[in-house]
Amino acid sequence: MTMSEVTEQELHAYVDGALGPDRRRAVQAYLAAHPDAAAKVAAWQRQKQALHALFDPVLDEPVPDRLRRLARTRRPWRHAAMAGWLAVGLVAGWLARGAATPPERMMSLAREAAVAHVVYSPEVLHPVEVSADQQEHLVKWLSKRLGARLKVPDLTAAGYQLVGGRLLPAEQGAAAQFMYQDAGGRRLTLYVRAQGADGGDTAFRYERSQGVGVFYWVDGAFGYALSGEADRSRLLEVAKRIYQQIG
Amino acid sequence: MGKAEDAIAEHIPRLRRYARALTGDVSRADDLVQDTLERALTKFGLWRRGSDLRAWLFTIMHHVHVNQGLRHGRLSWQAVEEVDWDAPVPAQQERALEMRDLERALARLPVEYREVLLLVALEGLRYEDVARAVGVPVGTVMSRLARGREKLRRLLDGEAAPVLRRVK
Repeated sequence: MTMSEVTEQELHAYVDGALGPDRRRAVQAYLAAHPDAAAKVAAWQRQKQALHALFDPVLDEPVPDRLRRLARTRRPWRHAAMAGWLAVGLVAGWLARGAATPPERMMSLAREAAVAHVVYSPEVLHPVEVSADQQEHLVKWLSKRLGARLKVPDLTAAGYQLVGGRLLPAEQGAAAQFMYQDAGGRRLTLYVRAQGADGGDTAFRYERSQGVGVFYWVDGAFGYALSGEADRSRLLEVAKRIYQQIG
Repeated sequence: MGKAEDAIAEHIPRLRRYARALTGDVSRADDLVQDTLERALTKFGLWRRGSDLRAWLFTIMHHVHVNQGLRHGRLSWQAVEEVDWDAPVPAQQERALEMRDLERALARLPVEYREVLLLVALEGLRYEDVARAVGVPVGTVMSRLARGREKLRRLLDGEAAPVLRRVK
């Protein structure tokens, strides 16, 4: 191979350490014989050093909180909570195995709601399928899928704004999840599903597992469950508002 | 899933370095990193295990950057063409054509050249990874790299000031 076979591409590859040993030697020989090319290559190498000198200090800057928070979402916790709630469901199922009593179906309501809450409420990009600014469409769509006219409670007075909603699969048929958020970004979700013929009205029940509390009740043909990390009294206050508005 | 966050978090400093060099602006750079992280976390399932995670993150950042550019109307499509921008330089500063000028020169480089130059020269990505990240053939990467380097060289080595030479 002759020195003139060295291409401009190889000069770049030389600067970037992308050549094998043979071609590297060929380029070195070429540069020794061609001062113009050598000057160019030296300039490119200086550019590289200058870029590192200019921007490497960024590597040592502390990572801003907003970026660190993103990379450290509560996902590990999310999984723990989901596992916790699934375990609750299993235990309830086992306890109820002798008699198909209503509590089993009630428990599945709480468990589905809690799992849906744990999965979707930490979501940054797609917390909902249809956002609150299309509330009319949201209500129409979810009502159609659940087979009854749904009402979306207004929780503004309690400090929560509607984020939007999504459709979810439930034990039997479909469920709707409405998400709310307070000024601090803390979220609550209201889970609604058809409760079946054996519905009837029930009192409020409350379960808490792995940091997620759920108030749930049956009102007519529908089961409702309000989930959140908020404390019991706060959740109860919101649950009562929902009950009053829907009833 | 915790693994995804940890793996990605490790690359934040380098994503920030690249974004800073690309945008030339601290907060715009961190916005770019933030959008990139959000996307990467939701799309982590699409990352091919065993492949270079950093190259994948730069690919996402490229798309996010293009989208942001389109959204803010910052991307000039004519930039793909050669645009001459060599400016006369005051004599006493001729030697000080260093850091600040490098920053300024970078900013004036068409974004397509800047991207490729930075991914290669600053981030040390392989040409094939740059091609994948930017979505062009390796040959295009090479020609953008060559043009970017030459443009920078003309400025940084003072060749951008032929006017001054004549005055001397």
